[in-house]
Amino acid sequence: MRKALEGSQAIARAVALCRPDVVAAYPITPQTHIVENLSKLVAEGDLHTEFVSVESEFSAASVVLGAAAAGARAYTATASQGVLLMSEVLFNIAGLRVPLVMTVANRAVGAPLSIWNDQSDSMAVRDSGWIQIHAADNQEAVDATIQAFRIAETCEIPVMVCMDGFILTHTMEVIDMPDTDMIDGWLPPYEFSRNLDPAAPTSIGTLVTPDFFAEMRHSHHAAMMRALEVIEQTDADYADLTGRASGGLLTVEGDPDAKVGILAMGSTVGTLRTGMEHFSDEVGAARLIKLRTFRPFPSDALRDAVKGLDHLIVVDRAISPGLGGVVGTEVAAVLADVEGAPRIHNHALGLGGRDIPETIYRDLMQTVANPDAPAFSVFDVDLNKLQPEDR
Amino acid sequence: MSDKSERLAELRAKHGRPPAAPHEPKHDAPTAREAQPRFRGLESGHRACQGCGEALAARLVMECAGPDVMVANATGCLEVFTTAWPQSAWRVPWMHSLFENAPAIASGMEAAMKAKGKNTKVLAFGGDGATYDIGFQALSGMLERYHNILYVCYDNEAYMNTGIQRSSSTPHSATTTTSPAGKERMGKRHLKKDLLSIIAAHHIPYAAAASVAYPQDLQRKVRYAMGIEGPTFLVIHSPCPLGWKHDSAATIEVARRAVECGLFPLVELERGAVTNVMPIRDARPVTDYLELQGRFAHLFNGEDPRAQEERDHLQALADHNIQTFGLNGEGDDPLDTSGIAAVGRGGPVTGRG
Repeated sequence: MRKALEGSQAIARAVALCRPDVVAAYPITPQTHIVENLSKLVAEGDLHTEFVSVESEFSAASVVLGAAAAGARAYTATASQGVLLMSEVLFNIAGLRVPLVMTVANRAVGAPLSIWNDQSDSMAVRDSGWIQIHAADNQEAVDATIQAFRIAETCEIPVMVCMDGFILTHTMEVIDMPDTDMIDGWLPPYEFSRNLDPAAPTSIGTLVTPDFFAEMRHSHHAAMMRALEVIEQTDADYADLTGRASGGLLTVEGDPDAKVGILAMGSTVGTLRTGMEHFSDEVGAARLIKLRTFRPFPSDALRDAVKGLDHLIVVDRAISPGLGGVVGTEVAAVLADVEGAPRIHNHALGLGGRDIPETIYRDLMQTVANPDAPAFSVFDVDLNKLQPEDR
Repeated sequence: MSDKSERLAELRAKHGRPPAAPHEPKHDAPTAREAQPRFRGLESGHRACQGCGEALAARLVMECAGPDVMVANATGCLEVFTTAWPQSAWRVPWMHSLFENAPAIASGMEAAMKAKGKNTKVLAFGGDGATYDIGFQALSGMLERYHNILYVCYDNEAYMNTGIQRSSSTPHSATTTTSPAGKERMGKRHLKKDLLSIIAAHHIPYAAAASVAYPQDLQRKVRYAMGIEGPTFLVIHSPCPLGWKHDSAATIEVARRAVECGLFPLVELERGAVTNVMPIRDARPVTDYLELQGRFAHLFNGEDPRAQEERDHLQALADHNIQTFGLNGEGDDPLDTSGIAAVGRGGPVTGRG
């Protein structure tokens, strides 16, 4: 059914369609509307779940972990400082290979304190062992949320669905929401292979000596690599159900013959798409690569996607101070052994909620022409705002 | 069994001793202890140190809590010595996640049981580091949200798993590797946190202190808590021979003296009010307790004027407990510190709960 919904409200409804047994969350801007909407669904009797209002994000992640291990489908959502507070648990959940779904309403991490959007929160837990899917719009966020439960439960790997805070979470969009019967038939009931059951006791989370640790890490990595196929297949199956795919690992659009490509994740993709419509006469058309799956990293798909490009602009919404952009660095690493690989121009933009206007397309395309441009820059910086020694 | 008695008769004959007396237990009939159904939730063969109070306490808890339970275990000695992949000493569903989140993991398990309509009781285990310190916030949240969970704190009064560092449960003046005694210091400078009062302030149905020196009392408290639908809390004084520096064979004696001198009062609180205490028949001086342990050795240095002062301080703390909780017994109480100890395991049930 098509309906105009706020991003957060749409996510809450998508979660409800997946019938979670346990939801635990702690309020933080800009995730709050998601849990508020879920609470409302519970209060109205539209969602039957154990809703646990915890005392911190640390406990939110721990509650859903305990619940999922005990045989309950579980969900949580957070952002920013909340992601970092629960980061120890996130590593634990992934290491224990317990399937869970979490929405991250992407927001900058302080200091300086910012409640606005960038992606430094999910990037900070890049190595936690979670699958990370980034939504470019609210329809994608809804579809990714539903798919996430099936991916997590198939792979026994937790899935983080990332959506840009405010830009998506607080924006009204017409959403085609699948109906209950469709999802009930598509998403099988939750079963966990190492379920905590008194009838067949098992120990989860034991101490692991150096004799086994490397093997377990290898097994986790191998499972992540296998997940690449599961993510693509799940998106394809979902398309059979709803007639709508989100583009599994990554999608390529724009001018196929373009020599310049732009790679981006999240809502920036839409801005670049519109920017290209307006400014391609002036600066030319580009090949637009929408990276949907960030972990596991779709290296092979990326190598295919950049074939024939001379330049690749990689848009980062986070920065690793002292090195550069996070996505840009990874893209460079993946393309390092590719003959004739495009030159990479890495820019961090929209940090801490800095507006990303449509003109960004023109401005980014113009950097390519400058041979002296640095390989990495924080875009759109007004140096006059800084003390001379900080410029 | 019959093989055993035949062999016994053979040996008696060989050594010219009279045949077995008629009152000697018949080996084909189970002893009271054997007849008592015991659930072994925590198996032997784990890696705990000799004389570990925590291992004993956990076994006693599991005996009367299991088998329809699941356990959320905080990081610590108990987690480490009972596991090490691919082995596990647990015969119940058991999960360890992190140091500070056992109460939240347990909350999730309990929510799952509720959602699935199951009655499996959830237990959460942590040491004093996990309970008094790092997991304190999660514990408070668990109690406030009124989850149906029994939380057991195995209190050995320091971070033993990392090598005896001070916690907020370490008693005043005890030495640890981070509160050593020296020219400028007499061990830990702060008081043992009064956790039970903080727990009681959550007005939960039941909170109690127990000791491995009094297993019947400990198990009665576990059974009582298991019968309650809602959050319950048990702190068990569990000596650590390695950390407290006492003989491994003295664990029970050390634990008993802690109760008998008043430093570890065995009290029960319901909805925040004290409803029961174990009276002390003849209160011992605290020095009887302190002198058994190397962690208080600096308090017995006759040449140090500060030693007497610290001993007096600890005596004052014990006296305060005795007065506050009315621990002075009236003599001949079968349930006081001396009476209850006279009842052997497998003897008549004397529980009040």
